Amino acid sequence: MPDYNEFLERIFEVLKPFAKQGVLLNEDCELVAELGLTSLQVMELIEQLEDHFDMSIPLNILPDIRTVRDLARALEKLES
Amino acid sequence: MSLFDKFQPIADIQADLKELGVMPFGAVTEKLLSSTEAIVNGHKVILAGTNNYLGLTFDPECLEAAKRAIDESGTGTTGSRMANGTFAEHVALENELAAFFDRRHAIVFSTGYAATMGMGSTLAGPGDVIVLDADSHASIYDGVRLGGADVIRFRHNDPADLEKRLRRLGDRIDNTLIIVEGIYSMMGDQAPLAEIAELKRKYGGLLLVDEAHSLGMLGEHGRGVAEAAGVEDDVDFVVGTFSKSLGAIGGYCVSNHDQLNAIRFAIRSYIFTASPSPSVIASTRAALRLMQERPYLRDQLWDNARRLYDGLKALGLEVSPEVSPVVAVTINDRNQAIDWWNRLLQHGAYVNLVMPPASPTDDSLLRCSVSAAHSPGQIDRIVAAFAAVQN
Ligand SMILES: Cc1ncc(COP(=O)(O)O)c(C=O)c1O
Repeated sequence: MPDYNEFLERIFEVLKPFAKQGVLLNEDCELVAELGLTSLQVMELIEQLEDHFDMSIPLNILPDIRTVRDLARALEKLES
Repeated sequence: MSLFDKFQPIADIQADLKELGVMPFGAVTEKLLSSTEAIVNGHKVILAGTNNYLGLTFDPECLEAAKRAIDESGTGTTGSRMANGTFAEHVALENELAAFFDRRHAIVFSTGYAATMGMGSTLAGPGDVIVLDADSHASIYDGVRLGGADVIRFRHNDPADLEKRLRRLGDRIDNTLIIVEGIYSMMGDQAPLAEIAELKRKYGGLLLVDEAHSLGMLGEHGRGVAEAAGVEDDVDFVVGTFSKSLGAIGGYCVSNHDQLNAIRFAIRSYIFTASPSPSVIASTRAALRLMQERPYLRDQLWDNARRLYDGLKALGLEVSPEVSPVVAVTINDRNQAIDWWNRLLQHGAYVNLVMPPASPTDDSLLRCSVSAAHSPGQIDRIVAAFAAVQN
């Protein structure tokens, strides 16, 4: 079962194309406010993580997720 | 910071549009000339975005039935189906819907939105699972969010992705509701229901299909995509609306599950709203009958759909994936879509402008819907309007 760091690493990987100039990807990065992800892009991010980890991520968890850390934590919790 | 801040992006778009002198959202139909022509925002246009698939909104029999109902039963029911708002005609329509769909039970709702939202929010609650197609209508998303089940999306019309999600559920499949549409409202593409039903047979769960845009259009009796795909037995619940092919307003759910009669009284969008007005029920009953008596309407609809689809495709436009009563033209640039929408109106064609997030991608759509009541000449004029704005 993947742990927090594996989720984190993968999220960074998937987010690479979204990292704007000057924004350093870290756990505190806010997906929408800082990286500017649209709702469609958030869903693409989720789908890529779902495929990679062979898991389904319910939409219900999304309202509580602002940062990369929030997302990695939520995935860790789902898999536990 | 105030409560109003979050509406600023909408206000910004409205200001942009005002500057351009366009009013695509809430365009005002000033006068209806027929079921296919009207004066909209001051322009005489062919209506090419009304979902009036069978063109029954001005059918003399529907008009007569509605007028008679007003005289006999008044303008409104002034109450809930659960209290004073169930008239004999509501029950008759439920029986007629059950007979039409060849199912044991039917519920009539005040809108299609209330039907889909109500079923989605009531059937699955906290601890249960909803697996839905990513391109599902807002009424489905609203319902399942309200219900509190775990909501899992699968990629639009992708049975392989659905299968992965059903497999991952393990034992939770017993508490799972799968939700798809028959014909999808924005692009007009059909769900691969035969494959979806097969997955349901293999893994389990219940299946709900929203046939809002397919009632009267597909299958031997016009029951929709489930009938056309030959998988009605696998579909536990069919929901839909009276606001499109039946030309009125209201919604329904039909099922063979006897539990539907108990479920009815758990659906808040059924209980806590007034029932449809007598005139609405009367015209809907007439339209449901006419839909069955006049199968040629369906043939006209599909002929028109193909004519519009082929015509727009021949112009080199990026049209939706398959011939359907909904024909959507994808326009990548939002401002171009707005400009085209506006010029189409000036050239005598009203279509729907759809922008993200209502469109399924980051692109905008000029969404057309055809009617059995369109003449071939009208379809050609819609195509000609697109040709004119293209240049
Ligand atoms: C797929 C789908 N479901 C439900 C609805 C809601 O129906 P109504 O507009 O009749 O409330 C619509 C249409 O708006 C729809 O397209």
